[in-house]
Amino acid sequence: MDLKLKIWRQKNAKSGGRFEKYQVKGISPNCSFLEMLDILNEQLVRSGQEPVAFDHDCREGICGMCSLYINGKPHGPDKAITTCQLHMRKFKDGDTITIEPWRSRAFPVIRDLMVDRYAFDRIIQAGGYISVNAGGAQDANAMPVPKYQADLSMDAAACIGCGACVAACKNASAMLFVSAKVSQFALLPQGRPEAVERVRNMVKSMDEAGFGNCTNTGACEAECPKEIKLTNIARLNREFFNSKVCAETRKAAVFAG
Amino acid sequence: MTRLVSKVPPGPLEEKWSYYKSHQNLVNPANKRKLDIIVVGTGLAGGAAAASLGELGFNVKNFCYQDSPRRAHSIAAQGGINAAKNYQNDGDSIYRLFYDTIKGGDYRAREGNVYRLAEVSNLIIDQCVAQGVPFAREYGGLLDNRSFGGAQVSRTFYARGQTGQQLLLGAYSSLSRQVKKGTVKLYPREEMQDLVIIDGKARGIITRDLITGELHRHFAHAVVIATGGYGNVFFLSTNAMGSNGSALWQIYKRGAYFGNPCFTQIHPTCIPVHGDYQSKLTLMSESLRNDGRIWVPKRKEDAEALRHGKLRPTQIKEEDRDYYLERRYPAFGNLVPRDVASRAAKERCDAGFGVGETGLAVFLDFADAIGRLGKSAIEERYGNLFQMYEKIVDENPYENPMMIYPAVHYTMGGIWVDYELMSTIPGCFVLGEANFSDHGANRLGASALMQGLADGYFVIPYTIQNYLSSEIRTARISTDKEEFAAAGKQVADRLEKLMSIKGKQTVDDFHKRLGRIMWEYVGMGRNEAGLKKAVGMIQELRQEFWQDVRIPGTMHELNTELEKANRVADFLELGELMALDALNRNESCGGHFREEFQTDEGEALRDDANYAYVAAWEYQGDGKHELHKEVLEYEFIEVKQRNYK
Ligand SMILES: Cc1cc2nc3c(=O)[nH]c(=O)nc-3n(C[C@H](O)[C@H](O)[C@H](O)COP(=O)(O)OP(=O)(O)OC[C@H]3O[C@@H](n4cnc5c(N)ncnc54)[C@H](O)[C@@H]3O)c2cc1C
Ligand code: SF4
Ligand code: FES
Repeated sequence: MDLKLKIWRQKNAKSGGRFEKYQVKGISPNCSFLEMLDILNEQLVRSGQEPVAFDHDCREGICGMCSLYINGKPHGPDKAITTCQLHMRKFKDGDTITIEPWRSRAFPVIRDLMVDRYAFDRIIQAGGYISVNAGGAQDANAMPVPKYQADLSMDAAACIGCGACVAACKNASAMLFVSAKVSQFALLPQGRPEAVERVRNMVKSMDEAGFGNCTNTGACEAECPKEIKLTNIARLNREFFNSKVCAETRKAAVFAG
Repeated sequence: MTRLVSKVPPGPLEEKWSYYKSHQNLVNPANKRKLDIIVVGTGLAGGAAAASLGELGFNVKNFCYQDSPRRAHSIAAQGGINAAKNYQNDGDSIYRLFYDTIKGGDYRAREGNVYRLAEVSNLIIDQCVAQGVPFAREYGGLLDNRSFGGAQVSRTFYARGQTGQQLLLGAYSSLSRQVKKGTVKLYPREEMQDLVIIDGKARGIITRDLITGELHRHFAHAVVIATGGYGNVFFLSTNAMGSNGSALWQIYKRGAYFGNPCFTQIHPTCIPVHGDYQSKLTLMSESLRNDGRIWVPKRKEDAEALRHGKLRPTQIKEEDRDYYLERRYPAFGNLVPRDVASRAAKERCDAGFGVGETGLAVFLDFADAIGRLGKSAIEERYGNLFQMYEKIVDENPYENPMMIYPAVHYTMGGIWVDYELMSTIPGCFVLGEANFSDHGANRLGASALMQGLADGYFVIPYTIQNYLSSEIRTARISTDKEEFAAAGKQVADRLEKLMSIKGKQTVDDFHKRLGRIMWEYVGMGRNEAGLKKAVGMIQELRQEFWQDVRIPGTMHELNTELEKANRVADFLELGELMALDALNRNESCGGHFREEFQTDEGEALRDDANYAYVAAWEYQGDGKHELHKEVLEYEFIEVKQRNYK
């Protein structure tokens, strides 16, 4: 099929950007979206132009590196997948496809469709861990965890840190991302001892990075490629509330489970 | 040859590691703060190493080419991680895990290293659970296990189909904690370009900031390389787009020996190639072979009709199907090891029985299992994989058999290291898939994750101290020193040269052509004539590359074509060494199948009398390579022919 592309081009973080129009022809419906961009880039390089820069690595939906705002949707029109898993059969011959980078103050554009998501790393550094040194652990089966709880924790842990939730949100809130990590640990007994500090520090780091407030529109959940649930945000709010209420009496928070 | 000392400690197998730990030198806490360590790579090996070395109090600088350490390709591992916990009480033990790994590797790995790997495997599971890795659990709340190829016990721990992701995020969280503490400094989107050696010791690296294009110099008292495997030399593989062999090739050229470069694992169950625009291949977990039956039609006419869409697979009658694995290997059937299954698929397709548009595919059929267990049982076991398949291929695998074909997946070869994981360059250590150790000529499922984390959490934190204990008086060296300047200039010169070619062909044109040569002649079946031909073709292609590659833009900015060109330039040399190594090894073992060396029944024929050694290559400059041998002596186990019939 033949397609028209409208792509955001921007030389670097400091320069301004604009849309450029391109055409690609004879694209197979079995081609992935990023392979279609590869074809465009080969075409550009051959004709002496600079290729479109976009982030990608694993190309199987797990590393979280690919992004792209496609026709107004993060990761494109299909549900519960990343851009690298999107295939051209979801489009029609003659379509015009608009491709933009994630738009958020906390994710500045680096070039073309690439953005800087280091703010997410900073949030994890603020508290997204359990403090245990290598070599200091007890036997793995010493602390049983109920299966339903471990499964819920795994549901939350599936977040790939792509940032689509931020891109989808009109407030550019990072609550779904933060809540996924907070929930993963909040649901496990190993995570309870540091629960109070963790949620406080992560939320503080999120606010400092310039992400917006959550107004419960649910756009993040709808666009998340890993179907991270809004209930995690509710859990985050509960954890955060606990951390405030229990500021002096920490013990209570630890048992709140 | 004197440099190839394995340094395996004396004594009985099960006491070697304890012996080492109790006799090695350590660095005291006050001195640790004064010592800098560079770790290149943030995968399971590099991420775990950087975090643990930070925990010990060293100053760590940690590099990766992605935008975040959490995106290293370890993230893509699906199936699981082995450990000898014996939670199932099914007869597992450290010895058995050790034995299975040595045997699975077709007796081409070092006993001492593999035993240590099995020994620390249990600590890994403890560590990961403590970090909050949500492993699969049983209803009683204890950890669940599954089985994998090459073992008779259930020793594989898993987190749904995302084990690598969860383990890597565990390491990443520990790493993040150290970043906050200030012991680790992260350098994302910064790619290593060369190793700096001063007075014979590794003392730093040159890097390129991928956003600005600037070259940077970094000093350290020791350098740890954990940059993953080099399967992308084949262009199409299950590796990530950015996976590369460049750091290995840089240190190889600086004097590190390359061990068994030709040992490549070709995984039998991947989604087949469907077009020349294709950029990568997707793995379908090995676990599918538990319930799926592999077949092709018995008649070539049927295969032909299937290829042209004139027949549906479901129209082929039972008696007209050839379940070739069950036919050839009645004892193991569809569960033979990866190398055996891959070769058998290639054999059928080469003989004209392949299906799919290209004829390079075989069926993996779940109809029997669905009939026997019901669709919902299959859905519960493999739901996410079936969905992934459907997304890519647009066919419903519950109704039609899947089509699969082997694809390049893992490189057992890598930089030669001793028991301490140090290369032949003092102070330069190599971990994870990047080194050659532990898996011999074939890796068993679920043991790469184990090796990466063993190296990073439990081996390097000890062995690096034995080296650094004699470095405590070495003050930090200024990066203005001539060795840094010289290495920096070499890197800049090379990049300038690449930019100045301004030819006609794109980087991918060359990479794809290299990939085709490698797949054809250095892939699943290799022979002398083909390998010789490959060497010549690669040399020509390399020449053409340096005359005709086109890279737009400049080197002083973000330039994705330059990044690719820089890696492909190295693949064009590494590919040749792989062919040379395959040519030298006149035997078939594990993933290395030389067509001249097979039994009457077409099975791999090892030659222990002449090839029970690690081929360790030394760079001689000017595209020349010299072979050294580390003879493998099996003190504790009996070497046997593998038999899966
Ligand atoms: C699809 C797939 C599924 C798999 N499934 C399993 C499984 O179920 N069980 C199992 O045991 N194994 C599995 N494996 C194998 C296993 O995942 C890998 O062997 C292992 O994760 C490699 O880890 P690593 O730390 O050595 O390298 P990687 O995780 O590849 O990390 C490499 C790191 O090096 C960095 N890097 C590379 N080059 C440079 C450079 N020049 N400069 C700076 N940084 C650089 C990268 O940024 C990255 O951080 C699978 C592999 C694949 C591809
Ligand atoms: S919550 Fe979903 S959308 Fe947000 S970063 Fe995680 S995976 Fe991406
Ligand atoms: S490239 Fe890894 S998730 Fe898309």
